[in-house]
Amino acid sequence: MKRILVQAAPFDPGAELSALEALDVGAVASFTGLVRADDGVSALTLEHYPGMTEKALAQIVEAAWTRWSLAGVVIIHRVGTLAYGERIVFVGTASAHRHDALDSCAFLIDRLKTDAPFWKREQVGAAQRWVAARDSDDQAAARWQAEPKGG
Amino acid sequence: MPVQILYFASVREAVGLGAESIDLPDHVHTLADLAHWLRQKSPGHAHAFADISRLCTARDQTMADFDAAIGDAREIAFFPPVTGG
Repeated sequence: MKRILVQAAPFDPGAELSALEALDVGAVASFTGLVRADDGVSALTLEHYPGMTEKALAQIVEAAWTRWSLAGVVIIHRVGTLAYGERIVFVGTASAHRHDALDSCAFLIDRLKTDAPFWKREQVGAAQRWVAARDSDDQAAARWQAEPKGG
Repeated sequence: MPVQILYFASVREAVGLGAESIDLPDHVHTLADLAHWLRQKSPGHAHAFADISRLCTARDQTMADFDAAIGDAREIAFFPPVTGG
């Protein structure tokens, strides 16, 4: 199962986890990203590049599928305006083995952050500002290049 | 054939447009050539492309380096480093 969704609507992590569990392979891992209240941020607006976003996510999923033994992958990323505390992104994986499930889940969210064309704009009071990219995200994505099995 | 140029996030705001269709001049070969040439189109373009080391680009919806050739690309996008997740 490979499920990739870019949507404005909220999603239900419980339903996604149940769908991964129903693959009946023994191990399910997931990551959920939420809007943080850094420095008084009250909301985030996410812009994306329709067409390229889906293509970039599909490439990341294919890379994970090749590298680990997986039965299921789910990526859901929301766009539009999200309030503090709302869910932004969900990544879930299912495998027969815990390391495959956990490592592929970390790989998927790390690579999503550097490869998928999304941009966040923060609302702080009446002001808005674009979120700057972090070097630490590049480093997190780069560590997957160093793995011996990696491409 | 005109090329579709797309702008996202802070680049879109600086340029004041989300997209424009452009006939490329003969001397524009690489994505960096295009970014530099776009500067003369308006003060907004000049501001957006003042420092391309702070920008990213995609050629037909695939991330590309600024020194890559435009070739037969139909769609070129310029945007700041991505911040999803």
